[in-house]
Amino acid sequence: MTTTNKRGFAQEVWDFFCSLKLSIFLLIGLALVSIIGTVIQQGPQREYLATLSETKIRLYSALGFFDMYHSWWFILLLYLLTLNLICCSIKRLPRVWKVVSEPVLVMDDNFEKSLATVKDLKLKGSKEELKTRMEAFLRAEFAAPVITESNGEYHLFAQKSPWCRLGVYVVHLSIIVIFIGALIGSFFGYKAYTNIPEGGGVSQVQTQSGKMIPLGFEVRCEKFSVAYYDTGAPKEFKSILTVVENGKPVPGFQSRPIIVNDPLTYKGITFYQSSFGQSDEGSLYHLTVRDRKGGAPVRLDARQGERVALPGGAFLSVMEATMDVRPFMRGFDGPGAQVEFTPAGGNPQPFVVLSGKYESFNAQHGGDLLITFDGMDQKFYTGLQVAHDPGVWVVWFGCFLMVVGICMAFFMSHKRVWARVTDSGVTLGGSASKNPAGFEICFDDLVEKIGKA
Amino acid sequence: MSSSMLFNVTMVLYMVSTCIFFAFLASRNKAVGLAGTYAALFGFLVQTAAIGLRWKESYDQGHGHAPLSNLFESVVFFSWTIVMIFLIIDFKYKYRAIGFFVIPFALFGMAWAQLGLDSGIEPLVPALQSNWLMYHVITCFLGYAAFAVACGISIMYLIRESMEKGGGNAQAGGLLSMFPSIRILDDLNYKAIMIGFPLLSLGIITGAAWANYAWGTYWSWDPKETWSLIVWFVYAAFLHARITRGWVGRRAAILSVIGFAATIFCYLGVNLFLSGLHSYGK
Repeated sequence: MTTTNKRGFAQEVWDFFCSLKLSIFLLIGLALVSIIGTVIQQGPQREYLATLSETKIRLYSALGFFDMYHSWWFILLLYLLTLNLICCSIKRLPRVWKVVSEPVLVMDDNFEKSLATVKDLKLKGSKEELKTRMEAFLRAEFAAPVITESNGEYHLFAQKSPWCRLGVYVVHLSIIVIFIGALIGSFFGYKAYTNIPEGGGVSQVQTQSGKMIPLGFEVRCEKFSVAYYDTGAPKEFKSILTVVENGKPVPGFQSRPIIVNDPLTYKGITFYQSSFGQSDEGSLYHLTVRDRKGGAPVRLDARQGERVALPGGAFLSVMEATMDVRPFMRGFDGPGAQVEFTPAGGNPQPFVVLSGKYESFNAQHGGDLLITFDGMDQKFYTGLQVAHDPGVWVVWFGCFLMVVGICMAFFMSHKRVWARVTDSGVTLGGSASKNPAGFEICFDDLVEKIGKA
Repeated sequence: MSSSMLFNVTMVLYMVSTCIFFAFLASRNKAVGLAGTYAALFGFLVQTAAIGLRWKESYDQGHGHAPLSNLFESVVFFSWTIVMIFLIIDFKYKYRAIGFFVIPFALFGMAWAQLGLDSGIEPLVPALQSNWLMYHVITCFLGYAAFAVACGISIMYLIRESMEKGGGNAQAGGLLSMFPSIRILDDLNYKAIMIGFPLLSLGIITGAAWANYAWGTYWSWDPKETWSLIVWFVYAAFLHARITRGWVGRRAAILSVIGFAATIFCYLGVNLFLSGLHSYGK
């Protein structure tokens, strides 16, 4: 009694996980709960948290809504879905496999009644003749048949793409493969970030959790440049990178240009152009100073924040500068600098200086002096996203399987044709796993061709 | 001639097509139905030329790129794909009445793009400078369009079903005779989703591949990504629901309409209401 109960319980659990209703419930449930994470900011910023009430914050973090897609209950739903699709596949696969591997070779009366498309053909000739004719016909027009003799009748069976019935299971397998790839990536991979100034190099990077990871080689940034469209919108961010190993540049990885959408991969570690900034150290600014009353212009070089003496006892220091002011000043272009000007015996005055093109703009400040910003030897640092994901090829393989599986499951049909040959003629039967209307046309076509053959 | 003019012609043709399909439902004249299809086909050809011309115009401006980069271009492309999927189904199955429920989606898209969106041709920002843009956008939008067609068919299903139930056959009989039977509508709904689901899957995969290629993360639970997965879950549920008996017909049609609502939210709602990637350069 207890054993049957136990078996009954196990059976119930098994049936529960095999049920399609559970699949539908899980799919719709996952769709619904996924919405939460798109409405509530994930890994929230301080400004966002400030808009929420105390209770909401406590509730959301208790429920794991701030990192919803990694919360235990979301992961649990994903595991349940995986378990469900494994169980469903295990339960249904043997039956489908049997259809594929052990086809019904003989169309007896009972089986004939189960077929939607059957046609009796009165044909002249002996059983043997008809058998040969039908075999040649099916081979030419449909697929090579298997011939079975039973009860003094010949049965021919021919089929097309039987394996497409496995498409569904290929899709199910692909999802598991993708999950495995994702797990490999999360256990053995990392995402990191690094800034490299022009001329500098790094041999370790920092992950999102703050851990330093040694690369095993050095990446140097030879140069970084930005290009803009006429509108001032950014056109291209480009780093020239060199991989250095054991003190020597690696052949083929020397002075490689890296732009957004075109990363560099070395030893499974990929470097993506992600951001950039001005590296203030080392920038040299060029200025020209002229006395308004006349005299030869004086060219000056200044470093970041350095106080440079000007003719007439004034001082100037460059706070920050850019090679292109378009993003900051409407209607202007070319180089520009934010300077602090200290007239002789006066207080510091901050203002902006542009290139010689904007003489009248520059003339607004500087007292007796006319200051022009000529440009700079600008130094940038490049911000690189660094990723190492050994699972990514498993994920791509899973995606490939999914596309193949979906095509098998949706666009292909297992078509079968049976022919029973007797002395009085041929009975043709057929069935298809998909698109019965389409198969009927194909079947009628076959019947018509036999008449003509 | 400019692409903008041709887009206007396209919009007018889709309006004409919608009106003809309405006349078809009212008149029950087969020739009228065929005229509706031809008007849609003509609009489709003009729109194809317009998209090609806009592509060329971007090259004339010195920063050539496929016209798939901003909201205007994507809405125009969406309406183009809807008409394409409709024409495929129309020429294959010849149920003209479907036009009245599908072409308005394309008309609405064109009207919104022409009247409400900024149609300027902008150069591509660095993030969009990739051939993946084309693979990703084309696969996604063909999928969306198939779901739009499925939604139109499902609305027809729900109308026809409620009319039949209401027993209003006497006065509604005329209209109903223009609709394919409930069984066929159910099947067409399934077929349109059968086209859309693989394309959406491919769209998600190309998006993941692009993301991985461009910044090393194939999936980051960005709102757009999550919503595309939500849409995928809904249609996966729809496909599984076909296998169990209780979920064909009415429930499948409702699920298809919900699926398209989620698709539209994934396409537009995420950009308009939620923050993240895919913000059309805003």
